[in-house]
Amino acid sequence: MCNRLAAVHIPAASPMKERMRASANPESALAVAPGVHWIGAFDPDLRSFDIILRTANGTSYNAYAVRGSEGVAVIDTVKLGFSETFFRRLESVAEYDEITTIVLNHLEPDHSGALPELLRRAPGAKLHVSPQARLMLKGLFDPGEFADRIVSVGTGDSTGLGDRRLEFFNTPYLHWPDTQCTWLAAEGILFSADFLGCHYCDTRLFNDAVGDFRFSFEYYYAHIMRPFRAHVRDALDLIEPLPIKVIAPGHGPILRNDPRDYVARYRALSAPGLHGASTKTLLVFYISAYGATRRMAEAVAAGAESASTAAGEVRVSLYDLEGGHAQPFVDLIEEADALVFGSPTINGDAVKPVWDLLSSLTMVDVKGKLGAAFGSYGWSGEAVPMIEDRLRRLKLRVPVLGVKARLTPTADEFSACHDLGRQVALHLLGRAVPRTIDMANLV
Amino acid sequence: MPKASVTFQDIGVTVTVPAGTRLIEVSEKVGAGITYGCREGECCTCLTRIVSGHEHLAAPSVLEDQVLKDNLAPRRHRLACQAQILGGNIVVQPA
Repeated sequence: MCNRLAAVHIPAASPMKERMRASANPESALAVAPGVHWIGAFDPDLRSFDIILRTANGTSYNAYAVRGSEGVAVIDTVKLGFSETFFRRLESVAEYDEITTIVLNHLEPDHSGALPELLRRAPGAKLHVSPQARLMLKGLFDPGEFADRIVSVGTGDSTGLGDRRLEFFNTPYLHWPDTQCTWLAAEGILFSADFLGCHYCDTRLFNDAVGDFRFSFEYYYAHIMRPFRAHVRDALDLIEPLPIKVIAPGHGPILRNDPRDYVARYRALSAPGLHGASTKTLLVFYISAYGATRRMAEAVAAGAESASTAAGEVRVSLYDLEGGHAQPFVDLIEEADALVFGSPTINGDAVKPVWDLLSSLTMVDVKGKLGAAFGSYGWSGEAVPMIEDRLRRLKLRVPVLGVKARLTPTADEFSACHDLGRQVALHLLGRAVPRTIDMANLV
Repeated sequence: MPKASVTFQDIGVTVTVPAGTRLIEVSEKVGAGITYGCREGECCTCLTRIVSGHEHLAAPSVLEDQVLKDNLAPRRHRLACQAQILGGNIVVQPA
């Protein structure tokens, strides 16, 4: 159930009761500021979102109506199944022929489900989306009949509602390429889409009235925003100078009490950590059945160490995957510059702990890091190329061909491991010797 | 078959390739840092800076041109999944 407190007895003079009076009638719009209403929908029973997220409190699909002297803007819509509620709330604060502006800050179906119908019901409204969203719209529905009503907007663009203006900020990859924020300067309200949101359904709606949602806020950042933390920082650069009074996100509580605390929290969460920028970090992860891959890992690490001409140039670390959980390793990987994985081949594949870690890396930004692989095998040795392929698919650079050794590695194979580590480290330091190869020799 | 060479500056590797190869095919095999998404010239993920040898790539299609324009791509940038190597020496970097 949603966090409704209606069943709880509350004394007449209780501040909680005052807050309850302000909480949502299931069918009415909620005032956020003069002329600004929440017209979204509550989904208290949702327990799994986008497959990858769990929620103990359901979620809300937040949409807003902003009234100006010469028109009404609707900012975002709701998931398709909640359209009826959304339209009822919208109709309680505006007529369709008053709607001049529709803004879709994010195209994902939980925000755009009611969009085609809204465009039909409000034929005088122009749809304002980011340039990326315009390209993606056709994947969502056939925008043909609305094509001449779609306006691309970016940072610096705005649209008027008479006495009020909506300004746009292009904030891509929070968490889709299309995402943007919309700023209502007259009231100091930032409509931020998924940015600064969370899955937490509470009909009291405002952050000073709802239950404790800190866990949901952090969990949402960790699973949705974290892979895009460089983009989070770019967006924060844009919005931090604004005199924000209210943050109105696409999910979860509206942040009207100390909204800047949430901005500051995102700044802290998205900041690079651990080591100084001048130190490169190379991590070697391995798992070994009889010790062969472990000894190869040690040779790779020693080779990487040997590339440093001065102490501290490359910090090399060695981890046995058998002795750790994926999550702390993911935290390390987020900050690392190069990742080298060692796995034996068992039944024609790399082993599960390696895949468990590699499949966890979509939670962090690994694009552009260096990657490499090595491992011992019995008769076929598929693990190394499979890991290399996965690293490429994760958008790492894999500049050095991996090393495979049959059963017990020979001295030459240990030497090749040493060279693998050294070459990766040299690439990291920008000191790799340029090579020329023929495409026919590439696997 | 005519040959060409492509240098991936980010990993310091030059690859000799047959004419007609698309940049992405080489980039993937050699492990360079050009990333890719749809591979169909729509998502612009594989945007690549052509440091030199731009003239040795086949001219962009109408679709590629539109995607480059929509994504505000700077001059001398191409989509690696679309750009076909014709000959000569080309030097590239991930955008």
